[in-house]
Amino acid sequence: MREIVSEFARRIHRAALERVPLRLRGGGSKDFYGGPLLGEILDTGCYAGIVAYDPTELVITARCGTPLREIEAVLAAQGQMLAFEPPHFGAGATLGGAIASGLAGPRRATAGSVRDFVLGVKLMDGHGEVMNFGGQVMKNVAGFDVSRLMAGALGTLGVLLEISLKVLPRPATETTLRLEAQQGKALELMNGWAGRPLPISATCWAARDDEELLTLRLSGAHAAVAAARGLIGGESVDDAPAFWDELREQRTAFFAVGIPLWRLSLPSVAPPLVLPGAQLIEWGGSQRWLACDAPAELVRTGAAKAGGHATLFRGGIEARAAGVFQDLPAPLMALHKKLKQAFDPVGIFNPGRMFREF
Amino acid sequence: MDMDKQRDNLAEHAVVVASTAIAGVIKALHRILPEEGLLVAEEEARPYECDGLTAYRQLPLLVVLPESESQVVAILKLCSEAKLPVVIRGAGTGLSGGATPVENGVVLSLAKFMRILEVDPLARTARVQPGVRNLAISEAAAGHGLYYAPDPSSQIACTIGGNIAENSGGVHCLKYGLTVHNVLSLRLALIDGEVIEIGCGALDSPGYDLLALLIGSEGMLGVVLEATVKLTPKPQLAQVVMASFADVVTAGNAVARIIAAGIIPAGLEMMDKAATAAVEDFVHAGYDLAAAAILLAESDGTPEEVAEEISAMRAVLEASGATDIRISADEAERLRFWAGRKAAFPAVGRITPDYLCMDGTIPRKRVAEMLTRINEFSEEYGLRCANVFHAGDGNLHPLIMFDANVPGELERATSFGAKILELSVEMGGTITGEHGVGIEKVKQMCVQFSATELALFHALKGAFDPHALLNPGKAVPTPRHCSEYRLTGTPRAQP
Repeated sequence: MREIVSEFARRIHRAALERVPLRLRGGGSKDFYGGPLLGEILDTGCYAGIVAYDPTELVITARCGTPLREIEAVLAAQGQMLAFEPPHFGAGATLGGAIASGLAGPRRATAGSVRDFVLGVKLMDGHGEVMNFGGQVMKNVAGFDVSRLMAGALGTLGVLLEISLKVLPRPATETTLRLEAQQGKALELMNGWAGRPLPISATCWAARDDEELLTLRLSGAHAAVAAARGLIGGESVDDAPAFWDELREQRTAFFAVGIPLWRLSLPSVAPPLVLPGAQLIEWGGSQRWLACDAPAELVRTGAAKAGGHATLFRGGIEARAAGVFQDLPAPLMALHKKLKQAFDPVGIFNPGRMFREF
Repeated sequence: MDMDKQRDNLAEHAVVVASTAIAGVIKALHRILPEEGLLVAEEEARPYECDGLTAYRQLPLLVVLPESESQVVAILKLCSEAKLPVVIRGAGTGLSGGATPVENGVVLSLAKFMRILEVDPLARTARVQPGVRNLAISEAAAGHGLYYAPDPSSQIACTIGGNIAENSGGVHCLKYGLTVHNVLSLRLALIDGEVIEIGCGALDSPGYDLLALLIGSEGMLGVVLEATVKLTPKPQLAQVVMASFADVVTAGNAVARIIAAGIIPAGLEMMDKAATAAVEDFVHAGYDLAAAAILLAESDGTPEEVAEEISAMRAVLEASGATDIRISADEAERLRFWAGRKAAFPAVGRITPDYLCMDGTIPRKRVAEMLTRINEFSEEYGLRCANVFHAGDGNLHPLIMFDANVPGELERATSFGAKILELSVEMGGTITGEHGVGIEKVKQMCVQFSATELALFHALKGAFDPHALLNPGKAVPTPRHCSEYRLTGTPRAQP
């Protein structure tokens, strides 16, 4: 493993010298996400393996190339899980890619985001230097929180050699309910429930044929789940784990549509969006998927007006040229460039993957 | 003699104040601020000479207490142009000297920013000014069945601005998270007066996660003007199990067993005998004074859920060798059990002239070993030490007792503390879990971080504050700090 790290450093030194960008890539399962894929591939998949896992510490440390499914299996054997339920989007998904993409699954609204569970990283920067930030403990405020900054940075700040994550016990029980609700009503219900101490761990609203359906998952102690179930009502859903897996992996009918897929991140209370195309709502109203080929400007303006932002998640080859993520205000972009400069002064890591500007 | 010294200090102070550049700044500040918002006279600035870390004091050049965003912006522009250091201050309850003034620097107090701007019960958010007290947010949200989850022990006094600067925790953070998990967005003024928004009403924002970088940055990157925080539904019921143990090792192992049983208690705290004795005398919570250690484990949720979890925890604690177990019968008793834990610092303050509070965090499985070592250090240095732990997080608060008036005791206490922090790093932990580095632990940063890591911290600081005017000298040591520290015989343990 030590040779791999030395090889990474050599590649980085050469890239910096020759000014040839590197494209950090684990399993390639998220190649579709973000801006264009530029530069020579630096394969991080070979740097794999779980470094430390002690269930009573609620912490796992693994190398970037460790397959996500291996980590999930090891945790499951001890009755634990990655609470942010990262989507794999392919059999080869690695831990490094899951953290760098910052994408979370159905449990995100209640359990927390990817960065919420990042405790520490071992990072190789644009000089090929290896540095450690954060650690393997629950609380750590020594120095700036560089490790959490890595979540969602799309590999633009460095190579995440190792990552330590907080893990949680799997809930004692889970059950999934479904009820009919128009979009407006569903948003009202989800926000109302979220303001009460109910063990809701996932929500999904979607239209199917002539129906509009709200599906929700309850997770926790038997007594709490039973009480919430009585209170919420609805029909029990068979084969619920498969439903949530298919949703997380975007394999449901909604995501099979070929037109551009937008991810709108909004305040949960934002009223139903008046935009063309089909919608699917998750995270209690905070994450709204929009399948439509309307002009990018229309979608972005709609998201901004609703208090959030829009990401061109999949497809839309023409629209991608204008950027995948919503533009930043000038002072924020200036800060981003300076931060990028601090980690990667020559600009060799994943240029353009996040913003055209760096 | 003292009078002479005071006069000398005054004279020195006057010389500085009189220098033309500074006189110009003061004149300009007079135009920005109302009379009571600018404190230049020594007797007015004196109360700001320290924060909760009272062992370190420094009289600031002057103190400003703006009331509006435009005043903050104008002050920052002035200080930026005059290259005057600025130390931001909330309630001054911090324990690491994060708000200790710097010589010839300005203290920017946000005490007047105490408005709760909006509570949105449907969105479960509160938009508040930085000087709002932590507990005031929960009080404002209580009518909606909501509260702000992070609850540092100083929550009746400390401000949300300070919590953001330190990434404060509390006794419930294993289950409900730290400040970083409970803040949705910030309105921030940069040192040059530029105002930016970080985060939004949604759960994420495009670009880098600047919220994560800002929270816990110890007032070194920007001035928080407004924060939108997450509110959590108040559980229907909470109940505490209090368990006694005949030795600290057994108590430490019981903590690991609770976690191993798949339980995430709402709170999991431990106090050793010295701590319970100090506290019991102060709050009369009914603690078991014969126990070498007690554990407090809280469960919250629906009544059925709490009953299920309490009985599970009881079983684990019994199997782990608890000598006595008590369960809070009602809310009054639950609060009484917690009152002692929350009052631990002042209670210890009553039995000693001075104390230093450490804040290392270590893997839970090493808590017992750490306690044993702390007892050895206590004998070695001839100083008493009471221990209160956020056991669920492995976050330790050893309280080292000393008398600053006895020559050499402060130095001994400081060395004792440094030993604990270095051991925390050696055990795979950190020198600070929630109180921040400030000035207190800045040298121990050289133990935890390499020169390249520290250089990166300086580069990050430079991205926000190129002339290092915000809280200079805090949190991130200079290479000189580290070479001096290493010379005094504490080499860095390279992982």
